[in-house]
Amino acid sequence: MAAPSEDIPVTVPAEDIPVAKPPADPGTPRLAVENLRIVMPASRRRPETDVVDQVSFTVRPGHVLGLVGESGSGKTTVALALLGLVKRGLAISGGKVLIDGQDILALSEHELQKLRGRTVAYVPQDPGSALNPVLKVGTQLREVFAIHGGDPERLTEVMAEAGLEDPGPILASYPHQLSGGQQQRVALAMAFACRPRLIVLDEPTTGLDVTTQRRVLDTVRGLCHTYQVAAVYISHDLAVVAEIADHVAVMYSGRLIELGAASELFSTPAHPYTRGLMRAVPSMESSHELQGMAGSPPRPGNRPAGCAFRPRCEFAIAECELREPQPVVVSDTGHAARCVRAVEVTALSGSVRSVRERIAPPAEGPVLTISGVSVSYTNKPVLRNVNLDVGSRKSVAIVGTSGSGKTTLARCVVGLHKDWTGTITFGGNQLPPGVRGRTREQLRKIQFVAQNPYGSLNPRQTIGQIIGYPLAHFTKLPAREHDKRIADALTSVALRASFAARYPDELSGGERQRVALARALVVDPELLVCDEITSALDVSVQAAIVELLLRLQAERGLALMFITHNLPLVRSIADDVTVISAGQICERGPVTQVLTAPSEAYTRQLIADVPGFERAG
Amino acid sequence: MARKPEAIAVLGRAVRTPRGAVGLAIGGCVVLVAVLGPAVAPYSTTEFVTKPFSRASSIAWLGGDVLGRDVLSRTLNGGWELLAMAAVATALGVIVGALLGVMAAYHGGSWDSIIMRAVDVILAFPQLVFALLLVSILGPKIWLIVLAVAISHAPQVARVSRAAALDISERDFVKAMQILGIPGRRIIRRDVLPNLTSVLMVEIGLRLTYSMLVIAGLSFLGFGLQPPAASWGLMINENRVGLIANPWGVLMPAILIALFTIGVNTFTDAVARASLGVGGRAIEPEAEMALVAREVA
Repeated sequence: MAAPSEDIPVTVPAEDIPVAKPPADPGTPRLAVENLRIVMPASRRRPETDVVDQVSFTVRPGHVLGLVGESGSGKTTVALALLGLVKRGLAISGGKVLIDGQDILALSEHELQKLRGRTVAYVPQDPGSALNPVLKVGTQLREVFAIHGGDPERLTEVMAEAGLEDPGPILASYPHQLSGGQQQRVALAMAFACRPRLIVLDEPTTGLDVTTQRRVLDTVRGLCHTYQVAAVYISHDLAVVAEIADHVAVMYSGRLIELGAASELFSTPAHPYTRGLMRAVPSMESSHELQGMAGSPPRPGNRPAGCAFRPRCEFAIAECELREPQPVVVSDTGHAARCVRAVEVTALSGSVRSVRERIAPPAEGPVLTISGVSVSYTNKPVLRNVNLDVGSRKSVAIVGTSGSGKTTLARCVVGLHKDWTGTITFGGNQLPPGVRGRTREQLRKIQFVAQNPYGSLNPRQTIGQIIGYPLAHFTKLPAREHDKRIADALTSVALRASFAARYPDELSGGERQRVALARALVVDPELLVCDEITSALDVSVQAAIVELLLRLQAERGLALMFITHNLPLVRSIADDVTVISAGQICERGPVTQVLTAPSEAYTRQLIADVPGFERAG
Repeated sequence: MARKPEAIAVLGRAVRTPRGAVGLAIGGCVVLVAVLGPAVAPYSTTEFVTKPFSRASSIAWLGGDVLGRDVLSRTLNGGWELLAMAAVATALGVIVGALLGVMAAYHGGSWDSIIMRAVDVILAFPQLVFALLLVSILGPKIWLIVLAVAISHAPQVARVSRAAALDISERDFVKAMQILGIPGRRIIRRDVLPNLTSVLMVEIGLRLTYSMLVIAGLSFLGFGLQPPAASWGLMINENRVGLIANPWGVLMPAILIALFTIGVNTFTDAVARASLGVGGRAIEPEAEMALVAREVA
């Protein structure tokens, strides 16, 4: 990271150029948000703090605006405001949300209720929780029509539009009988049922596999275009947004820090934060160094003076500390960023990512051999005759869509699942199926890191206790040595040793996942099984964790079994990849070969469905 | 910088709420009366001070009871045994019930089936009837009443703690311990039970009020402390014939039982509220969004 030189002329903020209003824009915007400000009202303990401030953007009919930001950036708060809602404890204290010129923030609760669903529709992140589990899908959809005075005859039509070609069986099903993709389409059908003028989608494809995600994205785009609905698509996934959005708005710490046409924003990001985010996203085309951003976003009320991103910014100069930067327009299409050096950052953007091919370690004998492993749940096969080797010091990725059986395979290896047939050999010895039959050494040498760092740490124990427990279980060390090993483990995952006294709820998601890694590594394993360990994290955090994992793997000569549905990530992390589909191994080989020249149709489809910046615009 | 144990933290928060403070004050007053009462009572419980059912006077401030004994002295003496029995019965019932429930949840399978079916059988009897049944067969012994009440609590506590422990047992941090080959007993003690603290605290409060009512009820029906001992339940029964002549003989014990129940219940409610949203168990964002989604639809 080169220190920015002070003598580069600072871009003068263009005072009176309004943000987000592309010149020569025909027609009025469907949605216009003007200077939206949402605050935590003052209480006895603290003064009024803004959660979201100075947010302005417009969306034209038929267009999709991608609202991007990491957890805590305020994107969901903004999205809710578009429906006239605020989270408990917050209040809208200023600004306007105009839908076809009508300010919905000025409406009464009763008028808002009529508005929601009819004028503005909402598609939630988890469609399963938004559908009533005890009512058939058909009943619920008809209810929507009844409430908003729609024509029930259009039901099948609406379903077909949402990509459900044969609605009969679906209407007669209960929500839990549908797959995640089908549920999300039902939610889309419900949202589009009454031809809303604006639709707000809150990460609707999180939790869907790439193929389903691709179809849902296509559906949303198609529907928006056909019915001239304006859409706001909220996501933390830049690649997904690149797929669907016409314009992209990036949020950081409650401010809109960059706004522009998708193609432009992704090819020439003008804000250092956007640039950082893009470097953190793994790519299918090449293995590149994933760069996390140091530090974490400031919480409302703790914002530094001047630019909120300054403490983490590689371009920061003295000027940044003085005042909050105003939007600077960097192109004649209205691409703007809240950064005093936006013009320079834009000019830099030719090489956002740095390519780094993985050097495969020398081939040694496999440390783990899985042969002929099959698993059934109540006569339904989950894994069928799976064969797989993990070479020592190698990193093997297991890739598959949800329900493919990849997690079950991991659970068999670590002994959580014990009803499997076949053999798994570890270090030359056959592993007994369940944890009970295994020797202490076997248990120690195979460690596991779970997907969700929010669930994998006991909230009642300190980090020191959490990491110390496996250590005490496998080794009997004097207290001082024990504490030293915990401190070392924390340092090795780039956390301060003082974290040992903290509790999990004081840690961010990325920090928790580091603790989970430290807990696995403290007993010096030979094989680390990672089950989707980054899927619950923001991209910049994911990048940092992946880089950490790669470094630790190289330093300690770990064998890595990395389970994921994220194909681009595989490119950056794995030597070999195994594609698993419906419980069977579909294809395997070195990463470069499988990802660039897949031999199976399934793999090809999987790769084709991966969203990426390359398609932006 | 270790944290206060959760139980203490939650109690502290509960006491600081108006609800908790009021509940604790009411319940605490009754406990004070019961505990300090024997020391300050003007007469012995069996001394004949005045005429039966005589009105309040300067000799007997709350008048005389059915045999002319001092109502005030008997009221002051008649509570501590009741409270002690309720406390022991509650403690026993909650400990046994929680252990059974957690074991059923954690081990699952046949453990779960056997424990929970046994629980269903006991639950089929109404609590008071079950206690009456035991006491009428074996005679009104104090330890038996305590045991009977404890046994009648255990199944309900088992159900509640099983439900809570099922959720905890499925968490990844429990899995992480299982993968290390740590025995189930230790995982239950270190990882599952501490996460049930709030649930069990609420359960203790609820069960305490039930214990009080059941034991007082048994005592009213004559299964409990035997005359001439003073006990609030028994006093209500003895003095009800003179309700009009000297209502205090019935009212005083009844009011104290009612106050204790109300106080403990109010405080428990405060504890339940204080324990929500603690230690990472706050409403998760997804759950909140799901609510929003329903609202919008």
